[in-house]
Amino acid sequence: MKNTNTRHSGTLSEQIISHAAGRPVRADDLVVVDVDRCMTHDSLTPEVISVLRDTLHAERIHDPDRVAVIIDHVAPASTVATADAQVDTRQWVAEQGIARFHDVGSGVCHQVMIEEHYVAPGQIALGTDSHATAYGSVGAFGTGVGSRDMALALATGQTWLRVPRTFRVILEGHMRPGVSAKDISLSLCGLLGLDGATYRAIEFHGGEWMTLSSRETLCSMTTELGAKAGLFLPSGDVADEFPIPEWLAPDPDAEYERTLRVDLDALVPQVSVPPEVDIVKAAAELGDVRVDQVFIGTCTNGRLQDLRAAAAILKGKKLAAGVRMLIIPASHRILRDAMADGTMETLLAAGATVGTPGCGPCIGRHMGVIGAGEVCLSTANRNFRGRMGSPEGSIYLSSPETAAATALTGHITDPTAL
Amino acid sequence: MARVWVFGDHIDTDQILPGRYAPYMTSEESLVKYPFVEARPEFAHRVQRGDLIVAGSNFGCGSSREYAPRALYAVGIAAIVAPSFSRIFYRNALNLGLPLYEADLRALLGDGQVVTVDLDRDRVVTEKSIEIALPEPSPFARRIWREGGVVQYYLKHGRFPVGEEA
Repeated sequence: MKNTNTRHSGTLSEQIISHAAGRPVRADDLVVVDVDRCMTHDSLTPEVISVLRDTLHAERIHDPDRVAVIIDHVAPASTVATADAQVDTRQWVAEQGIARFHDVGSGVCHQVMIEEHYVAPGQIALGTDSHATAYGSVGAFGTGVGSRDMALALATGQTWLRVPRTFRVILEGHMRPGVSAKDISLSLCGLLGLDGATYRAIEFHGGEWMTLSSRETLCSMTTELGAKAGLFLPSGDVADEFPIPEWLAPDPDAEYERTLRVDLDALVPQVSVPPEVDIVKAAAELGDVRVDQVFIGTCTNGRLQDLRAAAAILKGKKLAAGVRMLIIPASHRILRDAMADGTMETLLAAGATVGTPGCGPCIGRHMGVIGAGEVCLSTANRNFRGRMGSPEGSIYLSSPETAAATALTGHITDPTAL
Repeated sequence: MARVWVFGDHIDTDQILPGRYAPYMTSEESLVKYPFVEARPEFAHRVQRGDLIVAGSNFGCGSSREYAPRALYAVGIAAIVAPSFSRIFYRNALNLGLPLYEADLRALLGDGQVVTVDLDRDRVVTEKSIEIALPEPSPFARRIWREGGVVQYYLKHGRFPVGEEA
């Protein structure tokens, strides 16, 4: 039934899952569907391989052309254990004939998936990573799963899904200079809380003018609300790059469990305060928070748009004394583009340092972990205790604009007040 | 007899098993040493097979790392009871065959309390023989638990546990 142009009604998630199931489905239905794309990274692939080999006894995966394997979580390898695991992963990739393999330095898995057009509007894509919700930025139903779900999807080509109810978020107006997509995400975290959208899909409306980069930020951050997926219907430049299938279109009669409106004109720079993402304050109201490290990168905010925004603030200036600034572009392509257009030169001249494209210190494994008593302002997505290193360190989260302004002053600073 | 371990709201995967203590960074064998290694260092030393975790809402939020529930499964946690679970953690635990119950028992059970966990009857029984009924799991969850996990279910039945005849 799949790959037909039959139209189904409902929210974007209901339409995509109905299409995949070959019958109309509604929120709360439990279905088995074909999976269009599987993404697995170095951190969980060893466990996926182990389940495939030792439990499922699956010599061959169902369809290597639907699979991408990306090394980003510890890249380059920081220990012998991770290097050995990556050797096994490369060998398995070769055995299985997986052509879509991206080794150390290619970038963060989700950024590579989108840049390489491995995901497309209307597809169902699973990733062994919670931020697989980022695929919603191109109109795919992307969601994070663990190793057993991935092993079964690789072995059978299918997965089980409970169709989520949908929250509609309507973006109204336009953001002021110095305010960006991350501020929208953080304000939603503050509003809804860490479990405010558990098991829900979040559908964004009203942001037709938004860049792909901003959509990726918003969709990846829906995970921090507990959401199963975050979706935009491609429009403008994004629709030119990612054409929408005929059967996928907004349904005016779709049922949303809840509708929220975000007044972008009134939005000010936001900061998430440790130890939870939903403790959110206006950057201007934070008081004097000194930082030791500023980190710009990750699947959330390590794209060219983000690096340019930081460079615009740091141009011709120097980092505050005692502040380290770590830039980790979200992909190899972004690193090259940022070198070609002078962005990287501006950041380096200001005193920043650059790491290998990938996840960097986001998960606290390498390349910029923090020590006891240290404070990091990060453009990543989580600030749980111990996430980036010492449990006695503190992680604040912000936009790249706020991160750059903070690097200049040495304390968390509202970029609109510079 | 089992011990009750009480935790608060929003227990995230960085607390359950920090990323740098995952098997990828350490070893498969050491998985049992690290659950709550920083958040509650005595846990891994004192936990016994059959113990019960009673927690607040949104247990397991954060990462898709399956080794978070797998570490709890590996040390023998019998079940986790919390008002709500994060969706990936719920799915991973279900897939492993680690029973989760959606209920708030924090007013009824204290940390360190000795209980018996009766999964066949979905009950927790206190030392004074007070029986606390747990909410009945969905037929879907029950099917997976019964087979010892989703992979085992698939191997036995050749399909996912979805649909009337599953």
